[in-house]
Amino acid sequence: MTTDPDRAIRSALASIAPEADFDDLAPDVDLQETLDLDSMDFLNFLIALSQATGVQIPETDYQLVRTYAGCRDYLVRHMAAD
Amino acid sequence: MAEPRVFRMPSLGADMTEGAVLEWFVKPGDRVHRGDLVAVIKTDKADIEAEVFDDGVIGELLAPVSDEKLPIGTPLATIYDGDDATPAPTSAEVVPPPTAEVVPPPTSAPPPSPPSAPSPPSAPSPPHPRPSSATIVLPTAEAGRIAASPYARRRAAELGVDIGSVVPGRPGHPISADDVERAAAGAPVIAPLPVDQASAMRRAIGNLMTRSKREIPHYYLEDDIELAHAMAWLAHYNERVSVEERILPAAMLYKAVAVAAREMPALNGHWSDGTFVPGDGVHLGVAIAMRGGGLVAPAIRDADKCSLADLMIRLRDLTARVRGGRLRASEMTDATITVTSLGDRGVRAVYGVIYAPQVALVGFGKVSERVWAADGGIGIRPVVTATLSADHRATDGLLGARFLSAVTRHLHHPEDL
Repeated sequence: MTTDPDRAIRSALASIAPEADFDDLAPDVDLQETLDLDSMDFLNFLIALSQATGVQIPETDYQLVRTYAGCRDYLVRHMAAD
Repeated sequence: MAEPRVFRMPSLGADMTEGAVLEWFVKPGDRVHRGDLVAVIKTDKADIEAEVFDDGVIGELLAPVSDEKLPIGTPLATIYDGDDATPAPTSAEVVPPPTAEVVPPPTSAPPPSPPSAPSPPSAPSPPHPRPSSATIVLPTAEAGRIAASPYARRRAAELGVDIGSVVPGRPGHPISADDVERAAAGAPVIAPLPVDQASAMRRAIGNLMTRSKREIPHYYLEDDIELAHAMAWLAHYNERVSVEERILPAAMLYKAVAVAAREMPALNGHWSDGTFVPGDGVHLGVAIAMRGGGLVAPAIRDADKCSLADLMIRLRDLTARVRGGRLRASEMTDATITVTSLGDRGVRAVYGVIYAPQVALVGFGKVSERVWAADGGIGIRPVVTATLSADHRATDGLLGARFLSAVTRHLHHPEDL
């Protein structure tokens, strides 16, 4: 478990898109589009996030975590809530 | 002394015509058993660890390690019967019908198939083969030696850039320091496959698709499938399970295809030597895009018999292994019908090209909300367009239409999938 949301997101993304360059990832772009993730990749991303942080993102909240910034806010909010 | 048997260049997938011996795991005098990995074969798509189909002792290695591509069936090594207790396989008595000891190519002009098993792509079937022992190393963006100038490497180290992620500015040329600086400045996020691998992949896909379009008289059908109940059922299911156990709509669509394929065996199997050979089960080929370009369509064996949850787990595992670069040889040759889904890429429908020697391919587009008329009214419902590309030599449109109806019927009862 980590309490660092940036680290959790980066390592989760690295596990599914190892060739991606995250330093250039703008915080407000759509992750799936920019990194060319299909729904299976995206699910694996959420699984990796859940394993790293304990936060399970329900399907109904998917639209909140489409971008890096959205994803980060979501994790911060829900990690704090625990 | 008995005539030696011959280990030949195996066929590892319908799109393979030739391969090079990249490495031998055995040397003359080594004892081998059926299923042992003996060599690494380089094909256009992947490096594949090849198994031997006989027990015996390696006589001579006829093909040295080399980049030279050898056609399928080229003798690679001789194998003599051992003099210990290991019983010789029965096929040894049939002196050399050439390809008897290797995987029969599921391609055109198959050799007179040795045993009577109605499963062309799998091995002759004496003891238990070890399909899981043969793995395929797929080309990935990082694979292979990276050509870069020493200065480029130094700049990469200084700038903290992974040299493997840098795209050469001039295709086919080594990575230059300029390329590294461009990458450090944040140009492309997605690195394509290295040029030679990407072009080999294109060539392999091109060969298979050209052959399919040349040989197979395709016919196409499409239908819109209303998914309101299925999507609601799936959302409800996913609410109650952990994120690891969630099921994607694709798994549900694929399961419906697998069950329909079992019900209509005329669409599930291979066209071989002018006749249709039904599959020995529903082994569902799933077209999976590789990161950086290209695709493969490995098979999920007996997909009709796994539960939906189980199919999802296998689909996840297969996708992870395609992306991560390791597939099994049997997965490359076993498929009896293939599905493809481009829904994530936003298209409404996909009309696929059949993977010879299979006789049908089912395509799904995006699940989207559409205006839908039902029960005398109009509503907004989630709908997916399903297509069937089928081989007219094996079936007619009427049967294809019944097949798509069956897929629809199963999707209307997701709880039974």
